Amino acid sequence: MFSWVRYAGQALFYAIFAAAIGGFASWPAYHQVPENAAQIKLSFNHGGARLEDCHKLTSEELSKLPTNKRKPSNCSRERQPIVIQLMIDGTPLYEAILKPSGLSGDGQAQTYKKFIVPAGKHVILARLRDSRRTEGFDYESSLEADLAAWQNLAIDFKAEQGGFLFR
Amino acid sequence: MGLLRRPLRTVFDASERILALTFPANWNPILNLGALGFFFYWIVTVSGIYIYIFFDTGVTQAFASVEYMTKGQWYAAGIMRSMHRYASDGLVAVMLLHVLREFSLDRYRGVRWFSWVTGIPVLLFIYIAGISGYWLVWDKLAQYVAIVSTEWLDHLPFFGQPIARNFLSPDTLESRFFTLMIFMHIAVPLIALIGLWLHLQRVTKPRINPPMGLAIGAGLSLLVLSAMLPARSQGAANLAQVPGSIGLDWFYLGAYPLLETLPGQVTWSTAMAFLIIMGGIPWLPPMKRQRPAVVDLANCNGCTRCRNDCPYNAISMQARSDHRPFEGEAVVDPSLCVACGICAGSCPTSTPFRRMSELTPGIDLPDHPIAAIRAEVDAEGARITGAARIMVFGCINTGIIVDSRAANVGVVSLNCTGQLPPSFIDYVISGSLADGVVIAGCSDNSCYNRFGLSWTKDRLAGLRDPHLRGRVPRERLTVVWMGRLGGTALRREIAMFAGRLAVLGPLKTKSHVGRAMDPVESANV
Repeated sequence: MFSWVRYAGQALFYAIFAAAIGGFASWPAYHQVPENAAQIKLSFNHGGARLEDCHKLTSEELSKLPTNKRKPSNCSRERQPIVIQLMIDGTPLYEAILKPSGLSGDGQAQTYKKFIVPAGKHVILARLRDSRRTEGFDYESSLEADLAAWQNLAIDFKAEQGGFLFR
Repeated sequence: MGLLRRPLRTVFDASERILALTFPANWNPILNLGALGFFFYWIVTVSGIYIYIFFDTGVTQAFASVEYMTKGQWYAAGIMRSMHRYASDGLVAVMLLHVLREFSLDRYRGVRWFSWVTGIPVLLFIYIAGISGYWLVWDKLAQYVAIVSTEWLDHLPFFGQPIARNFLSPDTLESRFFTLMIFMHIAVPLIALIGLWLHLQRVTKPRINPPMGLAIGAGLSLLVLSAMLPARSQGAANLAQVPGSIGLDWFYLGAYPLLETLPGQVTWSTAMAFLIIMGGIPWLPPMKRQRPAVVDLANCNGCTRCRNDCPYNAISMQARSDHRPFEGEAVVDPSLCVACGICAGSCPTSTPFRRMSELTPGIDLPDHPIAAIRAEVDAEGARITGAARIMVFGCINTGIIVDSRAANVGVVSLNCTGQLPPSFIDYVISGSLADGVVIAGCSDNSCYNRFGLSWTKDRLAGLRDPHLRGRVPRERLTVVWMGRLGGTALRREIAMFAGRLAVLGPLKTKSHVGRAMDPVESANV
């Protein structure tokens, strides 16, 4: 049999063990973003235009091809890179040329970016070019937002829904 | 590595000694880290099965169902939820301590590489299981965990589109994600269990259940914690908001702030490098180990004692290959043998009284044979003088034995106390090589070679073959289990023992060193 002192020692050990488990299970708190800041998250998947238009083959060109490879037109697989620009209050926040994915460069371009900005009123401007033009943008949307502290403003892009989506 | 191991070992040895002040030897938590890990695993399993009854998968249903458990049924499902969380934290804590302790004791190199390497995926699976569990609650912490985890995975070039896009905004998240996560949360721990089975394949009689007293204490402490500080959710997840301030579970999520802030190349490279180093540690550098035990068939009668005593499943009994009329013969698997010598200590032919023939036991260590131990005993016996001459048989893993050598104290090092056949004690006393014998080894219940200490105790108590003969005066024998930090205590114990021996007076026996023994007498001792 053990004396009460030994039992007390064991109880003390278990108390320290439980305190350590309970304590570090949720303490100390972690601050992911400052208290007076908000987050803008820009993410989309979008395929740019094809690099070249489809080319209709002449009968002479067709005759040079093996019979099993003859088709009326030849279309390139490669896509244009996507040019994206995100501005806040007239200042560029993110500018990039996004390459199409895939070994042949025929997939969608992708991005997933997060930006911490001060909470408050901001003018957010998003622009995107996916065509073969060399200047200017094909899509442009702006939003006057009053971002609350710890607000997450998601910016998506879906061409079939008209372009940028602010969520 | 030694520079890392030594301070760590001192910390563990000191903790063990402090806890030994209050815990009985077999209850000492430091000596039951692996078994406690299993115990917490079972608590997690049982509590998990219970709360799964109430859990609902879905973007809104998940949080609501967990809230119901915590508030609507706080006395049952709430307690179970808390036990589930705290036991999983306890599991990680004891698992990490177990890894560090085995590292500090240098029990991860040589043939022990298998247990070390198979333990690494178990660690990973337990972490994945725990992290996926936090995801399921779908509170702010879950939102943070989900986003940081998927963003980290998205650094890998495997995924067609970023997984983290699923958490872009409230309308992008689908309930089927929770179905996937609950599947992971159940499947991964089961895979971990298979890993644990593999992890224990090379040890005999693994201790997977803690002693009842320790289990009750650990279980009660978690229960009291669950009642006093129930696990609570941190507000429903809302993807329109950043979970700005969250209470992280640092046991599982301690690296998350780094994953979030450091570049993906840095975190992935670090994680991969860490895994590679962990996997390669047993060979950094390789252990210079003694040669494995060898069987001498001429002296092996297939008694099975060595097989029964081997702590690492290194010995098997196989059909006799020399056609002698015995049931089997011992066969050593060199890849499993750690050269602890416990087999030699158990062999009935390992008797120092054998003089007619060469002292070659049925099984022995080529680098530290029984014959060499006898020669050392004879030499030390001839050297020591005084009123109370003492022969110390000590385990080299304690590192303190040699310091005890004195004019009246002879010291014989063993690979493990289990290497000592009890007949050596008889040999010393009956041959008047010393007035008393001290056996010094690792601290109680903490044998470096797992069973050396237990088998020695049982052999001395006559509970396990080979027994210590009844004619040996027990007052001339003392055992000291105090481990690496017990140098001072060992010297004190030797001094006190010398005092007791002086009172008893000199032995009235004659030296048998050099005396021939017939084979029958030899076999009986």
